[in-house]
Amino acid sequence: MTTRGQRRLSVTRWAIVIVVGGYLLLPLIAMAEFSTRGDFGSRSLDSWIAITEDPNLVEAIITTLAIAALTAVGMLVLLVPTITWTYLRAPRLKRPVEFLCLLPIAIPAIVLVVGIVPIYSILTRATRGNPLVLVFIDIILVLPYAHRAIDAGLRSIDVATLAEAARSLGAGWPRVMFQIIAPNLRGAILAAAVISIALVLGEFTISSLLNYDTLQVVINLLGKRDAFVAVAVSLAALIFAFVLIFGIALVAGGGRRRTKETIEEAVVS
Amino acid sequence: MTISTTGAGPTGRAGVAVQLLDLHRSYGAVHALDGLTLELAPGELVALLGPSGCGKTTALRALAGLDDPDTGRIVVDGRDLTNVSANHRDMGMVFQAYSLFPNMTARDNVAYGLRLRGVDTQSRRRRADEMLELVGLSAQGGRYPYQLSGGQQQRIALARALAIQPKVLLLDEPLSALDAKVRRNLREEIRRIQIAIGTTTLFVTHDQEEALALGDRVGVMAAGRLEQIAPPAELYDRPATAFVAEFVGLTNRLEGTVSDGTIELVGQRIPLLAGSAGPGRVTALVRPESVRLAPEAGATSHVIAVSFLGSLCRVQVALPDGALVVAQTSAAEGTAMSPGTAVRVTIDPSPIFATPA
Repeated sequence: MTTRGQRRLSVTRWAIVIVVGGYLLLPLIAMAEFSTRGDFGSRSLDSWIAITEDPNLVEAIITTLAIAALTAVGMLVLLVPTITWTYLRAPRLKRPVEFLCLLPIAIPAIVLVVGIVPIYSILTRATRGNPLVLVFIDIILVLPYAHRAIDAGLRSIDVATLAEAARSLGAGWPRVMFQIIAPNLRGAILAAAVISIALVLGEFTISSLLNYDTLQVVINLLGKRDAFVAVAVSLAALIFAFVLIFGIALVAGGGRRRTKETIEEAVVS
Repeated sequence: MTISTTGAGPTGRAGVAVQLLDLHRSYGAVHALDGLTLELAPGELVALLGPSGCGKTTALRALAGLDDPDTGRIVVDGRDLTNVSANHRDMGMVFQAYSLFPNMTARDNVAYGLRLRGVDTQSRRRRADEMLELVGLSAQGGRYPYQLSGGQQQRIALARALAIQPKVLLLDEPLSALDAKVRRNLREEIRRIQIAIGTTTLFVTHDQEEALALGDRVGVMAAGRLEQIAPPAELYDRPATAFVAEFVGLTNRLEGTVSDGTIELVGQRIPLLAGSAGPGRVTALVRPESVRLAPEAGATSHVIAVSFLGSLCRVQVALPDGALVVAQTSAAEGTAMSPGTAVRVTIDPSPIFATPA
């Protein structure tokens, strides 16, 4: 390619980066600007400080984080062995499992809520309204995304051969899962967990319809009372989700870089 | 030649006898194993050879416990293992696909089986280093699988399989994914190590050169059955069935007439192997190296093409009746001929196999 062609390509690339970056960052900058407005055009962190001083908000944050963590763990416990099993012992069940996992994406939240209300009315009474029962429905909600991540991870390794190699060396199924499969799915498991946490942090409809005060529900209520604090909390939640996603990208990216370098080294040697 | 192992090699365990008795295994309408019976003597390396889908890998997987036969028995060292799960069979296996655990270094891979057996850290490290030295990769112990070439990975897989001192070593086309040179080197290395350790070994391959070069005996399988099992030279020179004759080595198919246990081919009478078809019109299976060519003015056969293969040549010749025959000659003889050269064709008088025409 000529120097002029390369320069044109470079300009196009930067233009795309600036347009996309602007599209994504401008709302965040606007949120930061709005949430730090003080009196008479000054800047103030009052709205951010208020986050820590509102007991309802703090409780909602803690509750939502607990729900997110439990959802991620529950999803992994349910999904990793199930999908792995379809790869190892029941390949014919791959499609049905995938179909079941994708269902929540096709069913509107309101329909899901109507369906689960009878069960949740029992659960709510049994747990005296503990919002952690939302974990069950949240696990269902994250299935489509988590399934994709774990399935992609399993496709990237020869799971059947690795399991058979471990079995021939004397490993029982639990060891195969924990010592061989899970460590090699680290990236996929982390990605599925992060997606699940991000989804739970942003989930509003079902919590609201079931009358549980999660972060998004409280932000919504706050927005009606104090728009500045609501925007500050929203921005904080977004930043938290971004940090999580960048964290996983860094971990996975480090692994990929190392792989590329060492493959080159092996080829040279 | 069958190796009898009287003492333990570096694995510390002598070979054991293995018996696969009347194994049947079906996948729907497909009979992968159809009454397979195969016996391995202690310390012997048997190569199972056959086309894709003949059941050789199913047989190996049944022995490993990775596939359950529908009926039949698997006896190893006098103990019935038919219903024993794979992780309790004490067998080392090397797979066709690179099967090293990506999350472990080469040394940890080799030591993994020992870790499962509760061997202390120091002993398993020492043992892993011994095995790495055995396969010539001592310096690569700290590397991860993605830092190793395909040949190195298969060597490590071999070391890992041997580290647990298996009763039986199972090799499932371990060289298939490697390039020709690495393949040849590793093949020789596998043989060297197997002779050194004396572990009874079942080697599955679809590559006849590999099977003939490695096996004490070679078993040829077709449609889930063992067609013939014999030392390589016997299998090649005295095939028991038409399938074996055609599958092992290159073969010319020449029509001739059988009478009195001999067949008339290119004006000669050649004795037939037991099991051959006849009397009457049959198709004789003749090895290219059994065909002799002599340039002779006025001869009625003509060279069609000459293929130079380094130390030897393959010469394609048209017989007077229009049939084509391939002869294998030395490079000097082959290159002295060219398309159109008139040649006299003769066939070695050693017994050959014939099938119904």
